[in-house]
Amino acid sequence: MIIGINLFSRGRLLRTFPELAHLNDITEGISQAIHLIVTLNPEVMQIAALSLYISLSATILAALIAIPVGGLIHFNEFYGKRALIVLIQTLYSVPTVVVGLVVYLMISRSGPLGFFGLLFTPEGMILGQTVLIIPIMMGLVISALGGVDRSISDTLIALGATGSQTIFEIIKEARYAILSAVVLGFGRAIAEVGVAMMIGGNIRGHTRVLTTAITLETGMGKFGFSIALGIILLAVALIVVVTLNLITSGLDQDTQQLAGGPRG
Amino acid sequence: MTKNVHVGFISIMFVLLLLTAVFAGCTGTTPEQTPATTPAPAATTVAEKEKLLLATTTSLYDTGLLNYLEPKFEEKYNVDLLITSQGTGKAIELAKNGDADVLLVHSPSQEKAFMDGGNGLNRRTFAYNYFLIVGPENDPAGIKGMTPEEAFKTLMQKGKAGDTKVIFVSRGDNSGTHSAEKTIWKNAKYNYSVDVQKSGTWYVEAGKGMGETLQMASEKGAYTLTDEGTFLAYANNLNLVPIVSEGSSLLNLYSVMTVYNANQPPEKIQMANNFINFLISQETMADIGRYDMDKDGNKLSKNLFTPMTAGVPPGVTADFTTPATDVKPAAATT
Repeated sequence: MIIGINLFSRGRLLRTFPELAHLNDITEGISQAIHLIVTLNPEVMQIAALSLYISLSATILAALIAIPVGGLIHFNEFYGKRALIVLIQTLYSVPTVVVGLVVYLMISRSGPLGFFGLLFTPEGMILGQTVLIIPIMMGLVISALGGVDRSISDTLIALGATGSQTIFEIIKEARYAILSAVVLGFGRAIAEVGVAMMIGGNIRGHTRVLTTAITLETGMGKFGFSIALGIILLAVALIVVVTLNLITSGLDQDTQQLAGGPRG
Repeated sequence: MTKNVHVGFISIMFVLLLLTAVFAGCTGTTPEQTPATTPAPAATTVAEKEKLLLATTTSLYDTGLLNYLEPKFEEKYNVDLLITSQGTGKAIELAKNGDADVLLVHSPSQEKAFMDGGNGLNRRTFAYNYFLIVGPENDPAGIKGMTPEEAFKTLMQKGKAGDTKVIFVSRGDNSGTHSAEKTIWKNAKYNYSVDVQKSGTWYVEAGKGMGETLQMASEKGAYTLTDEGTFLAYANNLNLVPIVSEGSSLLNLYSVMTVYNANQPPEKIQMANNFINFLISQETMADIGRYDMDKDGNKLSKNLFTPMTAGVPPGVTADFTTPATDVKPAAATT
């Protein structure tokens, strides 16, 4: 509330200095965001919930694929491993619109997967975002596992650990870096607009998510409202990141106790 | 060591379980919230209702006309109307791939190609307004009172001569408005890709939607071609005024058509025809003629569209009375 009052006096200042008008959009955006959150604006809340549902689902699906496959790539030596990793890392740079376009061509009614009817549905958007974030998660999982000190696995083997025991220990050592991979994947999913627009179609009440709503509102010149939606997106991301961190640190205490003391 | 492995396994399962719980929580809350929140469209009974997907252009969608008509149509036919607004080129491409059921655009030449390709049925031209050449109030190129073709010629001459105050921002995105612009260049005896594009810094290709293009023109103090509806909806935020608003090449016709392809389910075609019949009904035409809201829901002094029932503009042949009944291309039926 205090912020709100400050903003209004700022608004008066801006009327005196009209050349600062664009700042006005930002301050207006902040006060609108507060207003939309406090009043639980139904349409905005539905859009935010849909964004969260789609991007979190995509993150979980991608994690379920990227973590095991990343592990397989790390723990196995095979011909072309370096090339595969380079390919995965290259795919970090794939534009979201291109992923959207390729997935669109797959799930279009005239495409090979057309009969599932996934185009312009939230489920289609989950598929698109999953495809989008798998490379970045997988690549970072491989890096995370590679970052675990070689001496740890050597020690484990020396102590007589079996192959699967070694793998579990190394994954546990790398859990924070793996969490980062998951969080980054979620960030890319919830922030992207190319897939959401191409696959979802920005249909009101059906596939409109925060990013496509921001694009629409910006196109319509409602800059303040767009900034407000951007702030709400960050608020949603904050909740997810805090939750993931709490889960991981909670785990950490458990394992610390059971393992008989803190680790380095 | 075995104990630790178990702990590791259990902790991983725990993370997955919690994630699933969070995930289930979200999926649970979404439908719970929806009925309370969006009462009219797309809420509780989505599952049972038939869906009709309408592909349209951003410039029409941004005026809010379709959001105003949507609940009326949904109520009448107990259907869930899903509207996706894309650039005209993309909307037509979606329709060609059978990904939309109804197409509503404003680009007669592209529509003709679409119909000739056997992709559409029951094309009806139901409303119109005018394109406007808008620009800074002081009109640095002095084109006020000219025909659109003369105005474009003057803009090009002054722009190419290096008058830095004369700038034209084009949509440059193959949209309906862009194709109207190209038609004016053609009428003015210019070859668009040779004489106009890349003819100098005075000609700016934005590659953006109408709203963004208007904002860009406003920031640059430039001229642009816009549809009347979008301009009226945005006018409050722009330093632009209409400079040229008369001339037959400025007519902006809106048409609707049923998407046809061999795989299209008959019930979708039937529902698309229902939508067309709804649009061309006397009631809806009157509603279209009354529509006078800007994008913020404020009343404007002028209506955004003129329905064909209010009089067909001279030199235009438009079918807006024949009910949409075709379910197959004419070639197959006759």
